[in-house]
Amino acid sequence: MDALIAEFPRFVSGFLGTLRLCLFAAIGALVLGTLLAAFRVSPVPPLRWVGTSWVTVFRNSPLVVVLFLFAFGLPQVGVVFPTFGGNSFFWPGVAGLAAYTAAFVCEAVRSGINSVPAGQAEAARAVGLTFQQTLGSVVLPQALRTVVPPLGSVMIAMIKNSAIVGAFGVTGELFSVDGALTAAGYSALSSLGGVALAYLAITIPAGIGLGVLERKIEVKR
Amino acid sequence: MTEAPMIRMVSVDKHFGELHVLRDINLEVTAGQVVVVLGPSGSGKSTLCRTINRLEPIDSGTIEIDGQRLPEEGKGLAGLRADVGMVFQSFNLFAHKTILENVTLGPIKVRRTPKAEAEKAGIGLLERVGIADQRDKYPAQLSGGQQQRAAIARALAMKPKVMLFDEPTSALDPEMVNEVLDVMTTLAKEGMTMLVVTHEMGFARRAANRVVFMSDGEIVEDAEPEAFFTAPRSDRAKDFLGKILTH
Repeated sequence: MDALIAEFPRFVSGFLGTLRLCLFAAIGALVLGTLLAAFRVSPVPPLRWVGTSWVTVFRNSPLVVVLFLFAFGLPQVGVVFPTFGGNSFFWPGVAGLAAYTAAFVCEAVRSGINSVPAGQAEAARAVGLTFQQTLGSVVLPQALRTVVPPLGSVMIAMIKNSAIVGAFGVTGELFSVDGALTAAGYSALSSLGGVALAYLAITIPAGIGLGVLERKIEVKR
Repeated sequence: MTEAPMIRMVSVDKHFGELHVLRDINLEVTAGQVVVVLGPSGSGKSTLCRTINRLEPIDSGTIEIDGQRLPEEGKGLAGLRADVGMVFQSFNLFAHKTILENVTLGPIKVRRTPKAEAEKAGIGLLERVGIADQRDKYPAQLSGGQQQRAAIARALAMKPKVMLFDEPTSALDPEMVNEVLDVMTTLAKEGMTMLVVTHEMGFARRAANRVVFMSDGEIVEDAEPEAFFTAPRSDRAKDFLGKILTH
C-alpha cells in the first residue's frame, strides 16, 4: 500500500484519466450501439447488413487487435486522429474502445427491443408513426427497463477493458500509472494493488448508480 | 355513385408458409358502411383486417384505401395508416404512457398538432368514450373495457377515414363487452366507415350494413345481416351459425 500513499497524486490523475477516457468511450459506444441496434431491427436490408457485420467483426475480434488497428492501421489508410493533450493515442484508444463496446451495446439494446411486445410497435405503426418514431417514442423507452442491467455489465466491462488502452500507450490513465511506478522502483504488488483499488473506486460506484437507475425506471408505469 | 370505395380489395392472396390464409379476396366497402366479418377461427378474418393497413403484407392482388393504393413500407405507408384507425384484440395501449398521452401521441407526432390543442381534443375524445377521469393513469391501471375504449379514442384522435376493429371484445371479461360495443354502435350511427372482425352477433345485427362470412381463407357469403342470419345460403355458414346460435 506504500505506493498508493506515497504517490497518491499520481493515482488521482490516473483515476481522472481513466474516467475521462471511459466517459468519451461510453458516450460513443452507447450512441453507436443504439444506432446499430436500430439498424439491426430496421426494415431496410442494407442497414441490417451494416449492423450485423459490425457486431460480427467487433464482437469476435480481440480488443487489443481492434485498438492496434485504430492506432496504427487506420493512419496507414489516411485516417489520422487529432492528438489529445500531446497524446496521439488518446482518440484512437477512445474510438477503438467505443467501436468494440458498441457491438455489445447493440446486442443488449436489441434484446431489450425484442422484449417489448410486438403489439406495441404494431399499434404505433397503425397510428401512423414512421419506423424511427415507433422506435424512438414507443419501443426504446420501454426497452430501457430491460436494457439497463445488461448495459451496466457492458459498461463495467468497458471500464476494465480501458486498461488495455493504457497498456498500449495512452499515458495518464490508471493502468499506465502501474508502469510508471514499477519503473520508479515500487514493488509490483503495491503498485498493482493501488491500481486495482482505484479501478474499484470507479466500477463499484458505477454498479451502485446502475442499481439506483434501475429502480428509478421501474417506478414509472 | 362514382366515388371510389373507402376500402377496395381485388384478388388478394396471402400465404403463411404452406397455409393459404387469404384466397382471391374481393371486397369493397363504401364510405359510411359498417361491415362485420364473421367466420370460424383460422378462417383468415383477422389476417384480412390486418392486410388493409399493411400490418400484414400480401402476396398478390391490390388493396386501395379511398382510391389510393397501399404504398410500400415507408413514409407514404405511415401517412396512409394515419388515416386508417385500428383497434386490436389486445388493446396495445402504449404501456409507458398515460391514457391521455396515448391519445395525443399520434396527433402530436404525425399530424404535428400543437400539444395543448391535441390534449384538448384528446380529453374530448376520452369524454366521448366515458373515461376522461382516467386520463392520467397508465394503461395497466385500467380495466380491459376502459383500455379498449381508450384504444378507440386513440384511433379516433387521428380523425381516420375508416376504422378497423380486429376482434375488439374477444379479450374482454363478459361484463365489459357492452361498454365497448356501445361506443362502436354510436360510431357506426355517426357514419364512420367500419370493418369489424368479431364474434358479437348482436352487434352485427344491430349495427352492420353487411355481413361478410369467411371460411378457409375465402369470402363465402356477403349479405345483409338479416338475410345472413335468417337464411344463410352456404353449408359452411349454416354449420357456423348452427354452432354459435344454439349453445
